[in-house]
Amino acid sequence: SRCINAEYGSSGINAEYGVSTAAAPRTKYGGKTTVTLIPGDGVGPELAESVTTIFKEMAVPVEFEMIDLNREQLKDEGAFDYAIKSLKRNGVGLKGVINRSADFRHHNVEFRGNLDVYANVVRCMSFEGIKTHHTGIDLIAIRENTEGEYSCLEHESVPGVVESLKIITREKSMRIAKFAFDYAREHNRKKVTCIHKANIMKQSDGLFKACCKEVSEDYPMIKYEEQIVDNTCQQLVINPQQFDVMVMPNLYGNLVSNLAAGLVGGAGVVPSKSYGENIAVFEPGARHTWMEMKGMYVANPSAMVLSGAFMLKHLQLHEAGDVLIKAVNNVINKRSCLTIDLGGNASTHDMTNTILSEVDALS
Amino acid sequence: MFLGRAALRSSTRALHTVTLFPGDGIGPQISESVKNIFAAAEVPIQWEERQVYPILEPNGKTRIPEDAVESIFKNKIGLKGPMRTAIGKGHVSLNLTIRRTFGLYANVRPAKSVPGVITPYSAEGVDCVIMRENTEGEYSGIEHTVVPGVVQSVKLITREASRNVAEYAFQYAKDHGRKNIVALHKANIMKMSDGMFLEQCREVAAKYPEISYKEMYLDSACLKIVSDPSKFDVMVMPNLYGDIFSDLTAGLIGGLGLAPSGNMGKDGIAIYEAVHGTADDLVEQNKGNPTALLMSALMMLRHMGLKTHADKIEGAVLETLKERKFVTGDIGGTATNPEYAAEICRKIKG
Repeated sequence: SRCINAEYGSSGINAEYGVSTAAAPRTKYGGKTTVTLIPGDGVGPELAESVTTIFKEMAVPVEFEMIDLNREQLKDEGAFDYAIKSLKRNGVGLKGVINRSADFRHHNVEFRGNLDVYANVVRCMSFEGIKTHHTGIDLIAIRENTEGEYSCLEHESVPGVVESLKIITREKSMRIAKFAFDYAREHNRKKVTCIHKANIMKQSDGLFKACCKEVSEDYPMIKYEEQIVDNTCQQLVINPQQFDVMVMPNLYGNLVSNLAAGLVGGAGVVPSKSYGENIAVFEPGARHTWMEMKGMYVANPSAMVLSGAFMLKHLQLHEAGDVLIKAVNNVINKRSCLTIDLGGNASTHDMTNTILSEVDALS
Repeated sequence: MFLGRAALRSSTRALHTVTLFPGDGIGPQISESVKNIFAAAEVPIQWEERQVYPILEPNGKTRIPEDAVESIFKNKIGLKGPMRTAIGKGHVSLNLTIRRTFGLYANVRPAKSVPGVITPYSAEGVDCVIMRENTEGEYSGIEHTVVPGVVQSVKLITREASRNVAEYAFQYAKDHGRKNIVALHKANIMKMSDGMFLEQCREVAAKYPEISYKEMYLDSACLKIVSDPSKFDVMVMPNLYGDIFSDLTAGLIGGLGLAPSGNMGKDGIAIYEAVHGTADDLVEQNKGNPTALLMSALMMLRHMGLKTHADKIEGAVLETLKERKFVTGDIGGTATNPEYAAEICRKIKG
């Protein structure tokens, strides 16, 4: 049997799919765990700074192996490959978004492919303190993150005609479906909805859907549904409370997780966790660099800090992780600090400091 | 493409013949309401009704009945109700067949907040238009199983089709006084295909300096539109994104039961349609909502230069919706389709 439960401390290995989200030994020297930190582009470095500052103040036993991967450095192939090696070695990473470099390499996509970080999990939960169009949302978007529309296989077959390939495999569809159902079971969620467009893409999305259905039969205690992606987007803005766990291929996952993040407060407040075999990467749920605001320190670091907190829990540093999660949620819900996305004009530093004060108050 | 319109405008007192495909399920019933409402408003239109159903030819191709095709080629303008596609009969979807038969390359989906239909987004108000490329992209239908368990699905983007929809989008914006166009894409991931689409948009944008042109990642657009839809004006995009995003915007204003749609084809062909389904469960009690079909018909009237009639009918519809005394079940009322239509007719006749 299989269980994955990074936050709550249990762990296990699935014999068939080999996924472990907590059991692998971590790089530990002198009691500190080393994790890879890739700030990325745009406001990424500012958000990363917030996390490193907070971790330092909290004396968290985590050592960051910082890897700067901005556009300049990416011109050197070695820099990117080094980042991959680092993540493979450390097994855990905290990441911002890398802006696509001038050449044709899609670095963010390659990361996930190379490291096989195949399951992206974004939980979108309404915050009391953020005024949004809908309340009472608590959905989990689980996205297959290594194939589908992101295979990056395109060619101009004749001048003026471009073919772009979407790949769906049984292996990866079964894998993400199993992940979704296991995740739902571990977190006591009642329903898994498969999001697809099999009415149009009969073979590809049809295969994905069939795999989800097949896996659902092994989990009779969890309700299983299927929904066409355009209807899903409509339903999300009319009645988002109906959704529980959602599992979907790459592109729909991108759209749905961004949409849902927008519903609960935006890119500044929604964290995410991504899993592969023996690797976990934590990053904001809606991946945007916000290049226009680079260097201005106006971005809300909450999403990145929460991602960092989930990383702590993954590393079994539950006390620190829980305190940090509670602190960020308190700051947001009590509206103690309002960055631009929350309607105010506080800076990234202000938010970092407010979170730290709250951590102090809670300790 | 606009010749037809100018010609029609000069003959507003003459009777225009328009093709009507009532469709399946609630289709015939809501078409009836549209006809009655148009009669009450004395719209100078005569309807030429035709049935549409798929005919599978021996060579494997699907076509629709000859008289339906001829009617559209003759009249140029048509109104279409929802159509059912039988599954497993070997033919391609009806909607797709219609699109191919008439070369319908641009799908226009306006989404405007309706007074009387309150959604969480009514306060800031939604008033945007989606221009969706409607012939290619992910809907090429080209898929194959490479080896068992591995499927490849091909997304096709051509310079020509991208150009056509971009041209239509900018001309539409100019004709309707819209100031901003945003192209939605995922060119960070699909650099060549979406990149080509964007390239065409940029070239056309250069010809319309009075219209502001921007580009936005589709996922950013999803994130932003649910926070503040009032910031969105005209948006142009390839097929799949248009399909998904226009359902999203329909949701913002109250659902597919209220969303109109128009399809532009070559040689001035324009077919307006309700994009919702056939709602077979509502047929027995005649409880379907004709608003989407009616709004599409009003889009059609405006395209034909019959703005006064369109405004008159629209006023009556909006008032009826606002009063909420005779509205259909999907928007929270108890009226049947004919009861709702009768109230609109009453208001038109004053």
